[in-house]
Amino acid sequence: MTRFLMPLAIFIVVVVFLGIGLTLNPRQVPSPLVDKPAPVFQLQQLHDNEKVFSSKDNIGKVWMLNVWASWCVACRDEHPLLVELSRLGIVPIFGLNYKDQRDTALRWLKQFGDPYVISIADTDGRVGINYGVYGVPETYVIDKEGIIRYKHIGPVTVKSLEDKILPLINELKG
Amino acid sequence: MTNNLARLQLVIIGRLCVLAMVLATFSWTCLANEAPLVAEDPALEKRMLNLAENLRCLVCQNESLAGSRADFANDLRREIREQMQANKSDDEIIDFLVARYGDFVLYDPPLKPTTWLLWFGPLVFFLGGVATLTFYLRHRRTQLEESSLTEHQRKQIESLMKAADKD
Repeated sequence: MTRFLMPLAIFIVVVVFLGIGLTLNPRQVPSPLVDKPAPVFQLQQLHDNEKVFSSKDNIGKVWMLNVWASWCVACRDEHPLLVELSRLGIVPIFGLNYKDQRDTALRWLKQFGDPYVISIADTDGRVGINYGVYGVPETYVIDKEGIIRYKHIGPVTVKSLEDKILPLINELKG
Repeated sequence: MTNNLARLQLVIIGRLCVLAMVLATFSWTCLANEAPLVAEDPALEKRMLNLAENLRCLVCQNESLAGSRADFANDLRREIREQMQANKSDDEIIDFLVARYGDFVLYDPPLKPTTWLLWFGPLVFFLGGVATLTFYLRHRRTQLEESSLTEHQRKQIESLMKAADKD
């Protein structure tokens, strides 16, 4: 009897491991920055490049930093959701316009809607490096003390908003 | 011949990269830019490439930062170059990158509790295999000993062999 049970057991174990392996997404690299202070930066604003935005201005509020670009196709997927979220007024969304050109970025916002309180122009991607950005879109939830509490890699979905992001924001605002 | 093979391999890797991009819903800029030609300071460039060789490009994950043509790798090479110009040591630069991208950027993962399975897993499997094999062989030996002949069977065989000798 064990003659058949042993190989079967081993087979099942291997299948389980394979199953787990297949459901993991190798693109989603956990960020070491979660629960660490968000890197401080000062950058020109996208709409008015005479004005400077400093991330320190947001101390005291819970906010979202959404990294986007007009060349990023996946950003179009999540964009309607962000526009909707900004209408609800639950959380201020700030946009980090990553390695983009100003005029195309502005045109893109006109076309698809502008959910951002302020858009910040990270033209050479240096702030992106400090935030560990490696694929766009990425979204950070930052708390009142300026600590990164969550990083979402890839387009925000209804599911990720409902399961993770909104409950977290409510808890942080609490 | 080997040159051709290497070229073929590169083409295949390139194709796979493009395929991966098409499949991924994210916007990765894999083939955006050629690596810029060697900077003004060849020694620094060499040192940068040596370091980048052991770092993973997070966009094309099977390429090193030195070898990847992704825009992302380009930016990080620039970052490394600038930090080297600012007299940072290799370790400081690696710490800088690990703080932002995690251990995943390292091709040589550090030894710590979360990587114990990675480092010692193969050894555990090997020892498990040796234990199973020893157990199996011991078990089999006792089985073989148990199945030795009874006195009656031995006599039967002897008489059969005698009969055969007479023929």
